Amino acid sequence: MPEHKVLQVIVDPERCQGHNRCKAIAPSLFELDELGHARVVGDGMVPPGLEDKARLAEANCPEFAIKVAQA
Amino acid sequence: MTDRPPVSDWAKDFDHLDPRWVTEPYQIWDELRRQCPVAHTERYNGVYFPSRYADIRAIAYDTEHFSSRRVVVREMPPRVPTDSAKPKSPPGASTLASPPITSDPPYHRPARMLLLPAFTPDAIGRLEAKTRAICGDLIDRFASNDRCDAATDYAQHVPVAVIAHMLGLPEGDGEKFRRWIHLLLHEGIAENASFAQALAEMDDYFRVQIVSRRSVPGEDLITFLLGAQMEDQPLSDEHIIGTLRLLLIAGIDTTWSAIGSCLWHLAQHRDDRRRLVTEPALMPLAVEEFLRAYAPVTMARQVAKETTVGGCPFKEREMVLLSFPAANRDPEVFPQADRVLIDRAENRHAAFGLGIHRCIGSNLARMEITVALEEWLTRIPDFDLADPASVTWSHGPVRGPRKLPVVFR
Repeated sequence: MPEHKVLQVIVDPERCQGHNRCKAIAPSLFELDELGHARVVGDGMVPPGLEDKARLAEANCPEFAIKVAQA
Repeated sequence: MTDRPPVSDWAKDFDHLDPRWVTEPYQIWDELRRQCPVAHTERYNGVYFPSRYADIRAIAYDTEHFSSRRVVVREMPPRVPTDSAKPKSPPGASTLASPPITSDPPYHRPARMLLLPAFTPDAIGRLEAKTRAICGDLIDRFASNDRCDAATDYAQHVPVAVIAHMLGLPEGDGEKFRRWIHLLLHEGIAENASFAQALAEMDDYFRVQIVSRRSVPGEDLITFLLGAQMEDQPLSDEHIIGTLRLLLIAGIDTTWSAIGSCLWHLAQHRDDRRRLVTEPALMPLAVEEFLRAYAPVTMARQVAKETTVGGCPFKEREMVLLSFPAANRDPEVFPQADRVLIDRAENRHAAFGLGIHRCIGSNLARMEITVALEEWLTRIPDFDLADPASVTWSHGPVRGPRKLPVVFR
């Protein structure tokens, strides 16, 4: 891989309370279950170009339920 | 309302019904945050007021020491006549139960889970067209004039009409709902008679609705609750009535206050108005910023067990004002917290609460606020306060403008 670092988003289901901030910011990275609680789309790998959205989702979660990590 | 002695010291004798607190609370909270982050008063049988985000968050998460059995700070605890006749209430259930907002673990979770599917973004999205039509009809009534009261002619009607639609209640009963809310959350904060009267009237009203839905089911939330099960049992009428009381009260003046505060801000900030008209894609960020800066709802908790937060001891049985509006103004968490920046991108605000009691209607509120502002700005892009001195604010657990005369340019 070149220097480009791949990011992964993670939702902690114990912390998520369904504020729906992450999905509003990055609908291609997050989806909601039938109760409105968030989970990552697929394996949570962040496609190139969506790194900023991933970081914004993390920074806006009121429950600190989202982490962006190096994959 | 009873005469209350003037406040001599906000740190040791605050009064959240004091006119200064009601009209301009932010300065008081900023000062408290710097000097005495957990204020206390002997009024209302003892109340704490944490002003820092970190302490408010810690309390919201600590359901062991801070109970939701009382969520409003009132002059006296409500005396509910039927209480003694309900010995079957589970321990930990509230004396004035409106599940799940007044429920603590473990009763909270099942009561909340059964409501959540009705309030997901998808479920709320199905109400958007109806909401847009409601807003348009309201604006039709005053658009040809050169002025209106943005609170009483517009903001207050939007959530009333939407929640009436959701519950399958006649829109014409809106005046009744607003009266109950006034009695419960405004007059009732200081006068028990108003409080009890509103509760009794709501009780009678919902009992009639339940009987009629049992014979003729609809496609509304009351019918949904009648068919709902919790731990394989149908809900009791008491549970249903408590939940309906919650949905009606919490669904109305909270959002009406939020819409009113947004319009109050926009009436005074021409640049923000123009930006939202020319850059409509900014609306989601602006709505979150308005929610942060003018968060309408302050919940309360009762100290269930003595504990310490932020270095301050909390005595059992006293109340805590859980001011999400104060948390949202903490400069430790929000740079330039006292400024409204409608393109603020990082905004971890707590307007809908934190932890297990996150406002169940947050998706509904966001949709209503967004649609109400979009429709208003499309038809009335330029407007000012008619007379800043004539704006009045509600007191109690929900803050927003109650009179908001504006003139159209």
